[in-house]
Amino acid sequence: MSAAIDIFECMFEYGAMPPAAATLESPAPSGERVRELQARIRQMQATRLDTRIIPTHPALASLLPGGGLKEGATYSIDHSATLLMALLAGPSAAGSWCGVVGVPEFGVEAAQRFGIDLERLVLVPHPGDQWLGVTAAIADVLGVVVTRPPRRANDSSVSRLTARLRQRGATLIVLGPWPQSEAMLSLSESSWSGMGQGHGHLSARQVTVTVSSRVGRPRSARMWLPDPQGQFREVETVPYLQEAAG
Amino acid sequence: MTALTRTIVLWCPDWPITAAVRARSLAADAPIALIDRGVVFACSATARREGVRRGQRLRDAQVRCPEIVVLPYEAALDSRAFEPVIEVIEQTMPGVQLVRPGMCAMRAQGPARYYGGEEEAALWLLDALGELGIHGSRVGVADGPFTAEHAARSTKRARITIVPEGTAAEFLAPMPLRVLGEATLATLLLRLGIGTLGEFSRLDSLDVEARFGGQGARLHALASGLDSQPVIPRVPPEELDGVIAFEPALDRVDQVAFGFRASADRFIQRLVAAGLVCTSIRIEIDSESGDISERSWLHPHSFTAADVVDRLRWQLQGSGTSDSGLSSGVTRVRVVPESVDAIGNHEQGLWGTGHDERIHHGLSRVQSMLGHGGVLTTAVGGGRTLRDREKLIPWGDREPAGKSATQPWPGQLPAPAPGTVFEAPLPAAVFAADDSAVDVDDRGILSAVPSRFSADNRTILPISAWAGPWPIAERWWDADTSRTANRFQVVDETGTAWLLVLEDHLWWAEARYD
Repeated sequence: MSAAIDIFECMFEYGAMPPAAATLESPAPSGERVRELQARIRQMQATRLDTRIIPTHPALASLLPGGGLKEGATYSIDHSATLLMALLAGPSAAGSWCGVVGVPEFGVEAAQRFGIDLERLVLVPHPGDQWLGVTAAIADVLGVVVTRPPRRANDSSVSRLTARLRQRGATLIVLGPWPQSEAMLSLSESSWSGMGQGHGHLSARQVTVTVSSRVGRPRSARMWLPDPQGQFREVETVPYLQEAAG
Repeated sequence: MTALTRTIVLWCPDWPITAAVRARSLAADAPIALIDRGVVFACSATARREGVRRGQRLRDAQVRCPEIVVLPYEAALDSRAFEPVIEVIEQTMPGVQLVRPGMCAMRAQGPARYYGGEEEAALWLLDALGELGIHGSRVGVADGPFTAEHAARSTKRARITIVPEGTAAEFLAPMPLRVLGEATLATLLLRLGIGTLGEFSRLDSLDVEARFGGQGARLHALASGLDSQPVIPRVPPEELDGVIAFEPALDRVDQVAFGFRASADRFIQRLVAAGLVCTSIRIEIDSESGDISERSWLHPHSFTAADVVDRLRWQLQGSGTSDSGLSSGVTRVRVVPESVDAIGNHEQGLWGTGHDERIHHGLSRVQSMLGHGGVLTTAVGGGRTLRDREKLIPWGDREPAGKSATQPWPGQLPAPAPGTVFEAPLPAAVFAADDSAVDVDDRGILSAVPSRFSADNRTILPISAWAGPWPIAERWWDADTSRTANRFQVVDETGTAWLLVLEDHLWWAEARYD
């Protein structure tokens, strides 16, 4: 009986409790720190209440704002087919249909090896002038849509498409810049292993994947894209080396 | 013993030739031979006069008659061409049994009473065929289809042969045993000194049954003119085709599609009324210039009227856009159901089949914007080059049978596969440290170590690592598809890797690992 009363007390107490962060925070935080915290708050406050996260490859999920690809959001990728496939692999393996609009050079075999189900992959290689209409039509029915705009889209059509994506709960991945993207993913410091001067063959690659979102600082991680087994994963940093360094 | 059926058999000699002549609008007196598996299957009268015979090898036929027109034999064409003939016969006398294309059997009793005599009925039959433009056909009337068939095939000049009731045995008696179509039995009987049907029929039927079994007894009955086979009339199939003729001819895709819409609706309604759905259709488009465009279309579920109109539009468009004009006006459109299924198997579940159906509708809409080949699904096939291994299948089509990816394919690229495979290889250039172009000689030896390359004709990138040449020499026995090339993997200084191909001393960038 007393335990039940305790629970009730806790429930009523909770609303009145001062936020722990406010009391523990140092009295005069630096301007830089405040801005960073504000950015984190903004990031945590979703623009909509019920933004759902679709299954994302674990290697990339931790880098993306919100911890994964969001339904109805747009992401842009800077020139990398492998990174695109890494983004598609998660939803495709979980049963989503993926559509690729306006990318005739999409490597089908690589897609299959990286875990994209070809049964649920639809290509529209040459949408021509109708790319926006085709992208919208595909987004109506498929879960993840990849598109490459042949030219800059005007703002009104972009916002129309964004509204449609949000309504349908589809995720759009754009190859190239996009005005309202949730995050921009890019690769740098790519280093291939397995090949020398005239011998060996390409086997694995380490790259730094950088995700810059609208808010907050860009996050980056060193990743295998792909590793020698053809998988995507983060490069494990050996702990004692870190200790030695810092 | 069951009663014998008086039977009329109509035989159109050389039907495969007649069918080919009518389908391809050739001259009726041209020397024609239809070839099936390297030997002559059928030949026209003109060719026969030159010495061409059935079963001859093609080369022998060409020696005897050098100007012979050689065509492949198509069994489907025979049946298709015979269909209008049967329809005409059914208008003259009902209850037609199709024995094979070119020959059909009818019960004689009804027509004989209606037309006043068996000969009169047979004359009406020949007249009906004459109106259709088929001459030289022959008619036999006798007890049972077997005797009637051989009466029709008799070598007399008269085109109508009537074997009076009860005289079938006498009529058949002088015929050789091979007309029974049983080679082993005929050989055996010949060795026993029996050469004709008459001699065979004089054997005791019980003895024949004891020695040759049921099959022998049946052939003995045939030889004795006691063919008890009844005539089983066919049930005329329901007319499900949708046809529309345009007068004057229409020369715009959207006009034709719009004009066809009502016919497509009726086509689907008729199928539904017959309790069927259609999963594959054939569309035939006749144009003013006399061309006929024919194509089969498949559907993953079943065709609706809008789907049929879409397929027509795609067929008309070819590669053009929806508002482009046609090279010649369309005079007639015909849509034929190729494979149908009972509607019960295609009914949606109580709560719909949901997801899949919605995706199909969405993608079909994109197809109607971009054309049939605009929306593709993919599969990985067999082959050594990247483009070979990629199979692109238009949405809704079946995956074509091809080389299998599970076979070893020695010489294919090692994993990982490149993420970007250029649609057409980009021209590239590779230079050595001393600015000379790098090449591979006939023995597969590299002329110099590659140090810089360019894949876009503008920027030259230093090579930080490379491997190759990996030679590929495919299908040297086939001049059209043979290929000899050397492949290289190179990594540029930005860390992007490329797949370069050296073919005929020219460098191409085939794919990028990015």
